[in-house]
Amino acid sequence: MLEVERLEVSYGALAALHGVSVTVRPGEMVALVGPNGAGKSTLLKAIAGLLAPRAGAIRFEGKPVSAEPPQQIVERGVALVPEGRRLFARMTVRDNLELGAFTKRAQKERRARLERVYNIFPRLFERERQLAGSLSGGEQQMLALGRALMGLPRLLLLDEPSLGLAPRIVESIFSILAELHREGMSLLIVEQNIQAVLTLAERAYILARGAPS
Amino acid sequence: MILAQQLILGVLVGGLYGLAAAGLSLTFGVLRVLNVAHGELLMLGGYGTFWLFALWQFDPFLSLLGVGPALFVLGLVLYWALFQFVVRAHEETRIKNSLLIGFGLTLVFHSLAIRLWTADERAVTTDYAGAVLKVGIFAVPIVRLASLALAFVVLAALHLFLGKARWGRAIRATAEDWEAAALMGIPVGRVYLLAFALGTALAGVAGGLVSVSYSISPSIGLEWTLKALIVVVLAGLGSLFGSFAGGIVLGLAEATSVVFLGGPYREVVGLVLFLAILLVRPQGLFGSRG
Repeated sequence: MLEVERLEVSYGALAALHGVSVTVRPGEMVALVGPNGAGKSTLLKAIAGLLAPRAGAIRFEGKPVSAEPPQQIVERGVALVPEGRRLFARMTVRDNLELGAFTKRAQKERRARLERVYNIFPRLFERERQLAGSLSGGEQQMLALGRALMGLPRLLLLDEPSLGLAPRIVESIFSILAELHREGMSLLIVEQNIQAVLTLAERAYILARGAPS
Repeated sequence: MILAQQLILGVLVGGLYGLAAAGLSLTFGVLRVLNVAHGELLMLGGYGTFWLFALWQFDPFLSLLGVGPALFVLGLVLYWALFQFVVRAHEETRIKNSLLIGFGLTLVFHSLAIRLWTADERAVTTDYAGAVLKVGIFAVPIVRLASLALAFVVLAALHLFLGKARWGRAIRATAEDWEAAALMGIPVGRVYLLAFALGTALAGVAGGLVSVSYSISPSIGLEWTLKALIVVVLAGLGSLFGSFAGGIVLGLAEATSVVFLGGPYREVVGLVLFLAILLVRPQGLFGSRG
């Protein structure tokens, strides 16, 4: 489903990734762990098209994505739930979700999908008209996840979904991820909460200082 | 009595300040680029209206339907030819280069206007230009009242577009966080293009209304850029109706100063207001921080 091969990414002269290879098979849940600054977020951003790799290849469903702009990658079925959630704080919950379905492919199934997301996260339906910035941390993470699901992804990239959340909320987020996984979604998760993620994931990669170890 | 009459005129001109500011605020809010040629674009819109009237006797209010789209296209061209190369640059490069482009355009449009229309002051004088609505002892020039109403209608339409339309939402999302917008599958480059063209069209419509209600000359650009900038600082970014209200506040402040300090201080009062707001409430009267 996703093949990252000997990927190199650098910020200016500073190399962030040198020669990382990661594979996610269809329907698989893969964890990516490692210390801060190891380049986990950099890897996810490169897959999503926000960073241009210097060398190496990224293939999604057999075709290269590394030369494509982010919107094309979203259109192909890869969604990133970024670190810190990056919601549109001054827009309503509903607007955030509608924006998640911006691509042509997702536009067509927008209504059915919205209903589905509200079914998974009833809280978001209750707060439909509230500004995203006024939600609690847990609700914001739900919205970030729901917004990504609106784009009909086949591969979901998650960057620290449990960061700063109470244990009870982390548990419910992970049980939703497990549910998505059971339904056949492929997931690649960067997580500090190693215990939680390793009980769910089929495989894990450990990244240390920009290189696999 | 004189004050009240001046305040009425202040509100009327304030609506146009608001409209001029809305365009500047849109491009600044979305592209993070200050287009210092905004006033020149407004001037071009004014001459467009003037030309349509002088050559073919088109009603100035109707010709806005042509001038708006024409300036929209001009905006597309300017973005495609010039601004697209700076919007992705890092902050310092972006600000410096966009100012250079803006000042360059200012000179070009200014000279072009002198070439095409001479340096004379022009105004569109329709046969209903002098009509006045009498309200008690006060006189309200009908053309200016219509301009104010139109400015409001245009801003309301834009508000609806930004609030409800798919691309309108995309513009707001990009303004807030372009990277997150890209992750939604929004083509950020095209959003920039659209926002810049819309900002240019707003300048053009404002210019058309200025040419009917007041007067235009090739050198009005700087003055209108300044007014728009003052209003943007006054109102804060991100709210169209904030811009409209901010414009009216500036109009009222100018009117008050005309009565108490005399005409020559009219331009000064806006700048004083500008500095005061920057000192006391840098996020603007209606703006939120960040």
